[in-house]
Amino acid sequence: MGQSGFVRKTMVPAAAPPMLEGTVIGWLRANLFNSWLNSALSVVFVTAVAYLLWQFIPWAFKSSWTANSLVECRQQIKAGFGEDVSGACWAVIRERYLQLIYGFYPADLYWRPNLTFVLMLIALAPVLFPTVSRKLLLFSCMYPFLGYWLLWGGSIWGVALVVAELALAFYLLSPLTARFGLLITIVGVVLATVLWWLFAVAPLQSLFHGILPLGLRAVPSNQFGGFTLSTIIGVTGIVASLPLGILWALGRRSDMLIVRSISVGFIELIRGVPLITLLFVASTLLNIFLPPGTSFDIILRVVIVVTLFSSGYVAEVIRGGLAALPVGQYEASDALGLDYWKSMRLVVLPQALKISIPGIVSSFIGLFKDTTLVSIIGLLDPLGLSNAIRADSAWNGIVWELYVFIAVMFFAFCFAMSRYSMHLERRLETGH
Amino acid sequence: MLLNDSRYRSTTIQVVVVIGLMLFFAWLINNTLNNLASLGKGVSLSFLNAPASYDINQRLIEYTSRSTHLRASVVGLLNTLLVAALGCALATVMGVIIGILRLSTNWVVSRLMAVYVEVFRNVPILLWIVFFMAVLIETLPKPAAFRGENPEASLFLWDSVAITNRGWYVPEPLFSRGLGDLDVGGLFYLSMDLFALVAVFVAGLMASARLVRRAQRIQETTGVRPVTWYWRVLLIAGPTLALLFILGFHLRLPELKGFNFTNGIYMRNSLVALWLALSCYTAAFIAEIVRAGIQAVSKGQTEASYSLGLRPRLTMNLIILPQALRVIIPPLISQYLNLTKNSSLAIAIGYMDITGTLGGITLNQTGRELECILLLMIVYLCISLSVSSVMNWYNSKVKLKEK
Repeated sequence: MGQSGFVRKTMVPAAAPPMLEGTVIGWLRANLFNSWLNSALSVVFVTAVAYLLWQFIPWAFKSSWTANSLVECRQQIKAGFGEDVSGACWAVIRERYLQLIYGFYPADLYWRPNLTFVLMLIALAPVLFPTVSRKLLLFSCMYPFLGYWLLWGGSIWGVALVVAELALAFYLLSPLTARFGLLITIVGVVLATVLWWLFAVAPLQSLFHGILPLGLRAVPSNQFGGFTLSTIIGVTGIVASLPLGILWALGRRSDMLIVRSISVGFIELIRGVPLITLLFVASTLLNIFLPPGTSFDIILRVVIVVTLFSSGYVAEVIRGGLAALPVGQYEASDALGLDYWKSMRLVVLPQALKISIPGIVSSFIGLFKDTTLVSIIGLLDPLGLSNAIRADSAWNGIVWELYVFIAVMFFAFCFAMSRYSMHLERRLETGH
Repeated sequence: MLLNDSRYRSTTIQVVVVIGLMLFFAWLINNTLNNLASLGKGVSLSFLNAPASYDINQRLIEYTSRSTHLRASVVGLLNTLLVAALGCALATVMGVIIGILRLSTNWVVSRLMAVYVEVFRNVPILLWIVFFMAVLIETLPKPAAFRGENPEASLFLWDSVAITNRGWYVPEPLFSRGLGDLDVGGLFYLSMDLFALVAVFVAGLMASARLVRRAQRIQETTGVRPVTWYWRVLLIAGPTLALLFILGFHLRLPELKGFNFTNGIYMRNSLVALWLALSCYTAAFIAEIVRAGIQAVSKGQTEASYSLGLRPRLTMNLIILPQALRVIIPPLISQYLNLTKNSSLAIAIGYMDITGTLGGITLNQTGRELECILLLMIVYLCISLSVSSVMNWYNSKVKLKEK
């Protein structure tokens, strides 16, 4: 019975690693050629990519940057690289990139969109990055008015009057609520604000402007275009649609039958029709719906419609966040004796919004891409401008260069946003 | 007060909301009527019966410029549905393949698929549509390039598909001993051949399904499953092929005549560009959905199934796919709906879908903005709601039934 097994008494000497381990060939074999199917796929895909690059790189680099028209471009390329070479004419980008970015905004005022953009980043910082001081949030609240004034110009008094009224309303909110209750206060404040905007702002503005003319040169809306326009519509749309989307989402989960049906109806209507039909509504129907004689700015109309559109999608994202929250959170806040709005504001929404941030970011990316649709109703976003540039006799017939430039700009912006959203998802991950 | 009494609070709020909403709509309608009256227009749909007097070059049913606006809208609606159906089919195939390849262990393949997804997702769909249109017009050979002794371009697939910069010509199926067309109420013609073929094919499918159920019954009682696959192939393919032979099925190939191709089915550039752009764009989203769905099935499921002794193919069919599909289908539905809604961008390249007919030329010719745009929205809403209800029905069928 004694000797039934073998026990090794000495260490086996360490063997050298396999010959290909850690070498390029070893890596290739493990990752690209580990079966015949994988080998075939690798060969096919590498060949396809090589072919595409073989076509694209000479086109992109045997190019002209200095010409002033397409004809001159082709002559330069022929002279420089040979008779049968067809290279890119990047000169159109050199000549028109400012137009693609700013539209027809007056060239001496480019600092205003630039400053607005930089200020936007500052205003967004406390929202996007938790390490930034909370005090900046006050600036973020002021930013929409400041941005509007910087972009469109005009007298500062109009904006100042609007801000003053809102600040007063905000300051009076809690004493009024204590006196009259929340619902009546909110209805009253909204009514007062609308009346103030409609009837008081214009006469008071001309009065103050007469006393102390402070302001910037006004820039009319038809001079806006390019990526400036896309950013204005996209950013305003998503920022304004957030509070609206929260209301629709709360409405959709409400116990009140009528409030719920209205919210469901609105959300399904918005999500059931393409954005382009809503843009048609903005461009042709909105004037029919409003009192005779009202006609207001096309960019404002588009922003209103885009905000409504995006609020439907944001509402669904937030509804997902609300549904994902454990029901114990709702019950706990009820058990603490909080009323509906307090429990929403202090317990439910902070958590639900946190869950839905990635979804909100991706609906923002979608909205930003969808701003190209305004070219169909005649606004000069980058795509609309590319048609305008092609209509110029000097650049008639140019196609790829403009598309490549616009695509790269959109890609850079949207890709950065989606990476940020992934980063957020990881940061907000509270599971194990 | 009514607001502070919890018994009446919610009723009060709802009554206030209803009154507010009614006032708002009354205000809107009043404004609309006033504005229309001052423009000298009423609200009426009678313009739909007036002759359209414009031409639609890509159409599925008979249409001339003397047809009514209503018929033009129907032609547009069918074009929308055509490109949506083609697009959904191609996008699903591409999306599934890309999504699976994205999970491949092959480094090059998975990286390239990631690049594909990011590039298509992060550039606007409208840009892709005009880009594909430019590719078709600028890079494909002219019809004249197919002519001569040594043509620069040649037909694809055994001389049957002509891809030119004016559009694609594919073979047209014809029947030499056909059953003729059935006139449906004077509205459109239904091809009886197609109808018969579909009927025979569906009957074959049903018979094959019965055979499978019988095999299952036998397996459950005796433990031995009879081999049925050749019977099933015969049941499905046999009658269909026989009917094709009886009807005298043949293909008419496109031919170069004069400056252009004739015969065959002609797909215009606008249709092809829209189809490819919508498919490639949506495929990027579907690929991500498929990838997420497959990754959502935990590895323990595969291991448990192996430990039960199931083979890889059965594991895929019985364990992984049913669970992955449950995750995949709801977002897939919304991608199909997005594709259908995005097809409205056809207006940018001149494909005559419903936005191009009813919301485009009809609107401009008749000046009936209100009616045209509201009708257009109603049509899209109906499409969206019906697609989503069908898909939700399917989704509730495959959903996990919790006890």
